[in-house]
Amino acid sequence: MFWITGLFNSLAFAAVLFLLAAGFSLIFGLMRVANLTHGAFFMLGGYLATSAIGAGFWVAVLAAGVGCALLGGLVQHLLVQRLAGRELAQVLGTLGLSFIVADQCLLIWSGDPIPLAAPGFLQGAARLGVFAFPLYRLFLIVVAALIAISLWLVVERTTLGAKIRAAVDDREMARATGIPVSRLFTVVFCLGSALAGIGGALAAPILSVYPGLDTEMLPLALLVVILGGIGSLAGALIGSVLIGIIYIFGQILLPDLSYVILFLPMVVVLAVRPEGLLGRQAA
Amino acid sequence: MKSAVLFFLTAIACILPFLLPGNFYLGIATQILVYGLFAVSVNILAGYGGMVSLGHAGFLGVAAYTYAVTSGTYGFSPWTAVGAALVIGTATAAVFGLIALRTSGLSFLMITLALGQIVWGVAFRYTDLTNGDNGISLGRGTVISSDPLTLYYVCLAVLACVMILLAAFIRSPLGAAVKGVRDQPRRMSTLGYNTWTIRYIAYIVSGFVATVSGILYVQIFQFISPHALSLTVSSEAVLMVIAGGIGTLFGPLFGAGVVVLLKNVASAYTDRWPTLLGCIFLFIIIAMPEGLLPGTRRILAGLASALRKGAPRTASLQQNPRAR
Amino acid sequence: MSALELHNLSKSFGGLHVISDVSFKVMEGERRLILGPNGAGKTTLFNLIAGDLAPSRGTISLAGEDVSELPTSRRAARGIGRTFQILTLFGGETVLRNVVLASLGRTSKRWRPLGSLDADQEFRASAMEILRTVMLDHIAEKCVSETSYGERRRLEIAMALAQQPRLLLLDEPLAGLSKEERKGVEGLLNGLPRSLTIIMIEHDMDVALAFADRIALLQNGKLLVDGSRDDVIADPRTKEAYLAE
Repeated sequence: MFWITGLFNSLAFAAVLFLLAAGFSLIFGLMRVANLTHGAFFMLGGYLATSAIGAGFWVAVLAAGVGCALLGGLVQHLLVQRLAGRELAQVLGTLGLSFIVADQCLLIWSGDPIPLAAPGFLQGAARLGVFAFPLYRLFLIVVAALIAISLWLVVERTTLGAKIRAAVDDREMARATGIPVSRLFTVVFCLGSALAGIGGALAAPILSVYPGLDTEMLPLALLVVILGGIGSLAGALIGSVLIGIIYIFGQILLPDLSYVILFLPMVVVLAVRPEGLLGRQAA
Repeated sequence: MKSAVLFFLTAIACILPFLLPGNFYLGIATQILVYGLFAVSVNILAGYGGMVSLGHAGFLGVAAYTYAVTSGTYGFSPWTAVGAALVIGTATAAVFGLIALRTSGLSFLMITLALGQIVWGVAFRYTDLTNGDNGISLGRGTVISSDPLTLYYVCLAVLACVMILLAAFIRSPLGAAVKGVRDQPRRMSTLGYNTWTIRYIAYIVSGFVATVSGILYVQIFQFISPHALSLTVSSEAVLMVIAGGIGTLFGPLFGAGVVVLLKNVASAYTDRWPTLLGCIFLFIIIAMPEGLLPGTRRILAGLASALRKGAPRTASLQQNPRAR
Repeated sequence: MSALELHNLSKSFGGLHVISDVSFKVMEGERRLILGPNGAGKTTLFNLIAGDLAPSRGTISLAGEDVSELPTSRRAARGIGRTFQILTLFGGETVLRNVVLASLGRTSKRWRPLGSLDADQEFRASAMEILRTVMLDHIAEKCVSETSYGERRRLEIAMALAQQPRLLLLDEPLAGLSKEERKGVEGLLNGLPRSLTIIMIEHDMDVALAFADRIALLQNGKLLVDGSRDDVIADPRTKEAYLAE
């Protein structure tokens, strides 16, 4: 009973983590940019959704995705591209930006946690014998799975995906064969940021939105990416499930030390495979 | 010339308490010393070792909490608490180093950030030990001194000792090896240097200095809460290092002075310090990546040559070779 | 005794076999040339010998000792010195300081956290001596970033000599040099003590062939021909390998 519910909640949390980490991993894998604004986008997505909820849940989620995509595009265009080739400057630039975004969120939406109601038909729970599964969490898992599958299809089966894969493998070669790498970067940056925003909006009904959500979620996303391997979608999926399970069960079983337990998978994976479970080995 | 300036600044630092109008300003001066020491610890790793850490506030926090719990909660003497904090803070660095140094570059930075946030999470959640968000306050007798003047000179003396030792370390064979591994790791291993061990030593030395700054931190504020080890504090230290000039001995102290003063001045007018902090970050990274002093000099030189009609523009937009 | 022995050495990246089953011996004091068209795996072979890459299969023995599992730094301590095809110098330091760092690497003094390195007369003197052999002593105090390309090529060799190696790996020591500069480096190489074992990758045939005792010819990661200089030059496969390029 306890294990089943715990596992179910872990998967729901893993779904949120995946939406957050997949975008980060895509951007990092393609552009070698560690976008530290990503956590702030997640929080911003949640806030945007709470403001747009009047127009309906789906509009709110859409608003979060579009808002973050636009902002992400701006960041890529005005900041990341300008600092091309300077990895450290790019990271610190996005870090500085994350402070600004988070602080402006605090200014606009105040310091109190804002809840977001799930749409009516997703309230309540599905009963299976003695178990009750909240419908909204079930919905989260399904949505994350659908997004994972569509991302996989986009990357593996479309020309856009082929271009992305080519650019990940060898950026110079891709440029030489006429792939518009910088436009590709902007597309991927928008896509990744949109995923973070949608993740924040979808997570709001279970986590609510509050100041500090960004710095709470960002390290979890980093852990997922480090565990799964940078730039790997499947890695992000496995990492999300692992971290989701450890985080949720840790909070139930050892609430004081739930953060320390997050250590363990990272230590094990780094000891055996520093490039992450599904990361590519550096040649 | 350089040593004359250094001598002059040291002399000023020694008589500064008598030049300042009151304890409020003395407190800020002491803060600059402590944050300066903290920035120096980040610079050992980032500037000399070429490894930028975004989790250094974790070491400051582990040291400060260890001190607060040993001295405040369990009532041991301040000096016992100092010893405990030094040991546990440095041991934390030794463990974290083993994990973080499995990787390099951006992955290293991401892991240090995650490790720092894990420490923050423990401070926040492990309420039995840390009192959670409320933090731990230390009363009289649980710190080495509550006298602002004594605290100032204690911090100054500790900082001076660290700077003298660091200056010697940088000139030493091992210091040269640390910089060599930063610049040409492949060549260094070919030359017989064990690059991993050298990086690990730099990591532990850096963690040790951060630990010392954490002990001083809890002396001057007599209070520690999770906010002291947030990502913001780690980032402020990185900003101090870059603003002052990464990989320079005294740059981080200058950077700490600028950031602490700005923070205190700004707090009088606005609550929006994080926004201001972010803006300073962006400004320095885009406009003056080599640091405030060389950056200002470069821009002034550029202006001067632009004003002198027909003079060739010699100022080039150089990139800091150490910022990587 | 053989200074270096490779036995069935192989290296692959993913499915790509860069070095396949390469075996040969280099005797003490021998001058060995590695020939092969671009992409034959010559530099990969050096990286395997020096320890920068771990072999997928096979062993590397240095003076009879299996060093296949040792990290680069430990192999350096056992006497492997190397130069890089792409200059790998400390650009912000002086020429002298580069060589001092190189000679420091083989002593335990490198672990000293106190005491000034620049003030160490012993290192200074031995570094100056090496700079004299490569004819750079007149610019010892110059910053590397202010030196000419030819000077840097010679400094690259000086760094390896400062390690006092028993086995010296030279990866295209003449790359990018003018005819004049080549002469200088050639003279320098000929002046090295005969007890030193040298393996060299070089495309300048005039210099390389005059220098070599024996030649190993690589193609597509395989050892095609291995023998004395004259045998390899006369071998029809050699001509073929180079014509095919």
